[in-house]
Amino acid sequence: MTYAEFLNEHGARLIDGSIITVQQTILAALLAIAIALVMGLMRLSSNYVVRSSATVYIEIFRGTSLLVQLYWIFFVLPLFGITLEKFTAGFIAVGMNLGAYGAEVVRGAIQSVPKGQYEAALALNMSPFSRMRRIIFPQALILMLPPWGNLFIELLKATALVSLISVTDLMFQAKQINGTTYLSIEAFGSALVIYYIMSRLVITPGMRWLERALSRHMSRA
Amino acid sequence: MNEYPTRLNDDAPMVRFSKVSKRYGELTVLDELDLDVSANEMVSIIGPSGSGKTTVLRLLMTLEDVSDGVIYVEGEPLTHMERDGQLVPANQAYLRRQRSKIGMCFQHFNLFPHMTALENCMEGPIQVLRLSKQEARERSLDLLDMVGLSDKRDQHPIRLSGGQQQRVAIARALAMRPKVMLLDEVTSALDPEVIGEVLNVIRKLNAEHNLTVLMVTHQMGFAKEISDRVCFVYNGKIAEAGPPSQIFDAPQNPRTKQFLSAVLQAN
Ligand SMILES: Nc1ncnc2c1ncn2[C@@H]1O[C@H](COP(=O)(O)OP(=O)(O)O)[C@@H](O)[C@H]1O
Ligand SMILES: [Mg+2]
Repeated sequence: MTYAEFLNEHGARLIDGSIITVQQTILAALLAIAIALVMGLMRLSSNYVVRSSATVYIEIFRGTSLLVQLYWIFFVLPLFGITLEKFTAGFIAVGMNLGAYGAEVVRGAIQSVPKGQYEAALALNMSPFSRMRRIIFPQALILMLPPWGNLFIELLKATALVSLISVTDLMFQAKQINGTTYLSIEAFGSALVIYYIMSRLVITPGMRWLERALSRHMSRA
Repeated sequence: MNEYPTRLNDDAPMVRFSKVSKRYGELTVLDELDLDVSANEMVSIIGPSGSGKTTVLRLLMTLEDVSDGVIYVEGEPLTHMERDGQLVPANQAYLRRQRSKIGMCFQHFNLFPHMTALENCMEGPIQVLRLSKQEARERSLDLLDMVGLSDKRDQHPIRLSGGQQQRVAIARALAMRPKVMLLDEVTSALDPEVIGEVLNVIRKLNAEHNLTVLMVTHQMGFAKEISDRVCFVYNGKIAEAGPPSQIFDAPQNPRTKQFLSAVLQAN
């Protein structure tokens, strides 16, 4: 069997799987961004309770395995009356996990905006909310884009784990093809290439473009 | 806090530091400092590095909390508020109301890098004073004109020289119409050839705007020329204060003499 014949026979499944992987990645990324913003800002709160809740969240999700978290969300939560579909459980687990890493990125970027910017905004008597929204966050955003690019790639790769709860993503389909045909090299080789294309030829250039667009927008330099 | 009045009489000065102390851990930076500044007065603060000059301005801008004592502005407490006839540390809402009377310019300008010169000036009026875009724009254009930078209004700070950036920063602070303006070594980070353009703007401030100005400076010649009063800060206190003629030509305190002769020698 040539590779062309392989693709002819199994290509459709790989494409279906890739579409699910893209969906999982996008939904998990949106969730991760939302969690990262909330937790990152909470980590900077002057309120001890708010700050430590965020620390606990970040510690739990960074300190334990994503696979265990995924199994918790899919197999254990139902015992507490929360049952999620496998597709939903998949991107929620990945999003919550990467959101914890993102929170540290958000916090770090906000803290690296020079203190003088905060003081200048305070001297103009801006409210805490305006200071963050108008002055600090836009400058932090530019700083946090490169690390977010890395996180999105980690996130894409992490979505392969959702195949273990039978979400029919790219990895799941590759395993299925392998299981019925024993064409391991073709099945997993194709998956490898598709993941690589998505990360290096889509996410990385996409983030570069976003960085350039944003810095042009902000400083028109 | 019983010893401090909850507000001052009608003839109160624009600014009063009443036994203000500032400590960082073991380090006492300001030690029961007293200082009155009248409305429209131009006061220069001089003194050795690390003597607490910047701290005086930062406390007045409410960038830091006082450790002890009370600061009053227009007779009302700034750092504290009244509760049941007593002064208690001010909460955020109270601080925001009082802070609107004060404006500040920094040694390193601290312009917002993601905004043009004009946007830097419009930011406060729009976000804080809730002016319309049009009003904020007109006010800001007037001020940029006053500091001689109308033609640079659409430039981002990165495209401006240090002297130009500091003039934008002065315009930005003025756009909030403060009653008291604080200038912390606004020429110290500048190349010698552009210091003059910033000093000229400060001369205008003094002449044309109804402003009380507190200025920390190392430009002794300028302080002598423009100040109504000069305060020499030493060891967390105002060691000597008086008209420029007294401080520069006939200082009473040996520390003042020592400091001035050291500065003269360095120049
Ligand atoms: N945030 C801070 N923490 C600890 N020490 C500080 C802090 N800010 C200022 N100081 C100290 O307070 C003293 C006075 O500082 P400052 O008011 O900046 O002096 P000046 O402006 O006269 O040079 C210095 O010894 C400085 O190191
Ligand atoms: Mg200083």
